[in-house]
Amino acid sequence: MRHLLSAKDLSHDEAVAILDTAATMAATQQREIKKLPPLRGKTIVNLFFEDSTRTRISFEAAAKRLSADVINFSAKGSSVSKGESLKDTAQTLQAMGADGVIIRHAASGAPYRLATSGWIDAPVINAGDGKHQHPTQALLDAYTMRRHLQGENAGGADLSGFRVLVVGDVLHSRVARSNVDLLHTLGAHVTLVSPPTLLPVGVDRWPCAVSYDLDGAIAQGVDAIMMLRVQRERMSAAGGGFFPSPQEYSRKFGLDRNRLAALGPDALVMHPGPMNRGLEISAEAADSAQAVILEQVTNGVAVRMAVLYMLLGGSEGATGGAA
Amino acid sequence: MTSTTRNYLIRGVTLPDGTSTSLLLRDGVIAALGADAADGSSDAVALDATGLIALPGLVDLHTHLREPGREDAETVWSGTRAAALGGFTCVHAMANTMPVSDTAGVVEQVWRLGRDAGWVDVRPVGAVTVGLGGERLAELGAMADSAAAVRVFSDDGVCVDDPVLMRRALEYVKAFDGVIAQHAQEPRLTTGAVMNEGEVSAELGLTGWPAVAEESIIARDVLLAEHVGSRVHICHLSTAGSVDIVRWAKARGIQVTAEVTPHHLLLTDETVRGYDPQFKVNPPLRTAADVLAVRQGLADGTIDIVATDHAPHPSEDKDCEFDAAAFGMTGLETALSVVIESMVLADDVEFGWEDVARTMSAAPAAIGRVADQGRPLAVGEPAHLTLVDPDARWPVVPRALRTASDNTPFAGRELPGRVVATFYGGRATVLAGEPIEVGA
Repeated sequence: MRHLLSAKDLSHDEAVAILDTAATMAATQQREIKKLPPLRGKTIVNLFFEDSTRTRISFEAAAKRLSADVINFSAKGSSVSKGESLKDTAQTLQAMGADGVIIRHAASGAPYRLATSGWIDAPVINAGDGKHQHPTQALLDAYTMRRHLQGENAGGADLSGFRVLVVGDVLHSRVARSNVDLLHTLGAHVTLVSPPTLLPVGVDRWPCAVSYDLDGAIAQGVDAIMMLRVQRERMSAAGGGFFPSPQEYSRKFGLDRNRLAALGPDALVMHPGPMNRGLEISAEAADSAQAVILEQVTNGVAVRMAVLYMLLGGSEGATGGAA
Repeated sequence: MTSTTRNYLIRGVTLPDGTSTSLLLRDGVIAALGADAADGSSDAVALDATGLIALPGLVDLHTHLREPGREDAETVWSGTRAAALGGFTCVHAMANTMPVSDTAGVVEQVWRLGRDAGWVDVRPVGAVTVGLGGERLAELGAMADSAAAVRVFSDDGVCVDDPVLMRRALEYVKAFDGVIAQHAQEPRLTTGAVMNEGEVSAELGLTGWPAVAEESIIARDVLLAEHVGSRVHICHLSTAGSVDIVRWAKARGIQVTAEVTPHHLLLTDETVRGYDPQFKVNPPLRTAADVLAVRQGLADGTIDIVATDHAPHPSEDKDCEFDAAAFGMTGLETALSVVIESMVLADDVEFGWEDVARTMSAAPAAIGRVADQGRPLAVGEPAHLTLVDPDARWPVVPRALRTASDNTPFAGRELPGRVVATFYGGRATVLAGEPIEVGA
């Protein structure tokens, strides 16, 4: 594993190794002094072509806790807007001595281009590209599920047999794609629940089930439910929007009080954030005891520490498990 | 000039129908065939063409030469030299130049640049609407009456999507036997689209260009052509559904012709998985089922011609994110080889050298109303022809191609069939695979 571009690229053993390493990292974060030395002297660039304060901060915290130096490069827009090209930006950063590049970009495949075009040598970590992938989000979601569903001492375990619902705008969601790929690799049964307008043509070939009926899907039994953010602009897109109104969306696909009750108290309530309270998720669900939304954020740092350590740690032992 | 208009005796060449003969090219025409050729050849340069196939000079109905406006991508000179190396003796220069070829002045400029370059016959295509804006008709009559004698009109790059405007255009060009070449793309269904919509786009997270956006416009336009009794030409048809619609329209007697590009005969949307913009093209590369359907459509005559849609772009317009990259691929120097690979050598379709001559020379010349191109290789006909080594295989190296741009999707592939020589009006534009400039 030289880069982390897509959750689909991870084998079962690689994915489990990352989760196990993340558990080790998380344990160190309970200590008074959280900083670890393995990436001392390494320079990591946060190359963000799209605003995402929470993801950038999470990566920054992860890198700094491994003693790396972090450069934040916020380049809103891209060659699309006639600014400097991705190639020139990347080569400039390489010339400054970047040992690893974390990239967030609105164009699907931009991290793949960065990793495979011969522009730069450094390992590339995808922090979300367009509608394609967000692999560290999927890893932190899987880590969170594993911790709750398999217990604290889950080392080596996967998610075999667990039932996960992913609900909402699948069409535009890199989170949904990454989660379907990784959860499938880890043995979970995934059902996507969405209005038909927000599912891509071709979804029938994905390794998951698809439903238009949230209540029916919940009635089948659920171990974790992941509510995807619905962008407000989806209501005003071409053709009059992807659904008639926020009210109708909320009625049919929102996690409200009744659905929360139907889930039962053991089902995990998850959301990648930021939430639209009252649209895809009610405040009651978001603040419920079974919600692990803030813990997802916490686990994000540990998972990103694991990924950075395994890609940039350098020693045989560090990358051996996932090579 | 005199040195380039010498006479040639081409010995032992194989014609498209499989017969072996000799050809004498004299004073710009095919002066004699067979035994007669040798008799009258005392002043001619003799070429041993044993093992080579002679084809009538290829005619491209769809070429982007980029001049005026984007000389960094291609010029009329560089593009037509590439055309000659690809076996062409005539290309139709698309109208999406800067300024747009929507007036008699611009089409005459392109026509003159082509004539001065001397590589091939350059036939400018006129824009259907002013500035390709899709709002009002350009002066189609003035372009038809100009020195360029335009007969093919197209807003290629954008669709004439207004049905009333399309109807008017189809009707108007009847006055001078013109044809509207439609870029079939329903714009509202393809906003932001960069690749075929399907299984691959769903996985890659790239915005999809659905087949129905092409098929719905073709269906509309063949019905419009039937209603007003005009002929319509479909550019770069790419889907199985489009083939069915054109087949239906032809069975009904509608005057429709259609083209397919070499890349749609060979490549699928699976190539996009690496996010390499060399595979970004409009219309997009489709599925394997679509590729099979267009190949079968070309073999059975539903699709009339192969046209390159040669679309050069400077490297910076491809060396970037997939979303940001320009649409298009070069094609003039690879077209014949790709047709040989995907059609002639393929086991699953019937397609011989006569079909190559029909779909790449005779039929496109007829659609474009170019009287002296696409003619059979017979005594008295203009000496527009190309000699192909069908057994040669060559590796595609972008920098080794003579087009000014490197955006070929076939880089790294080995393709069959090499153009050895091309004669345009009796002048050798290519000999031994190398271009021969006017006056050289």
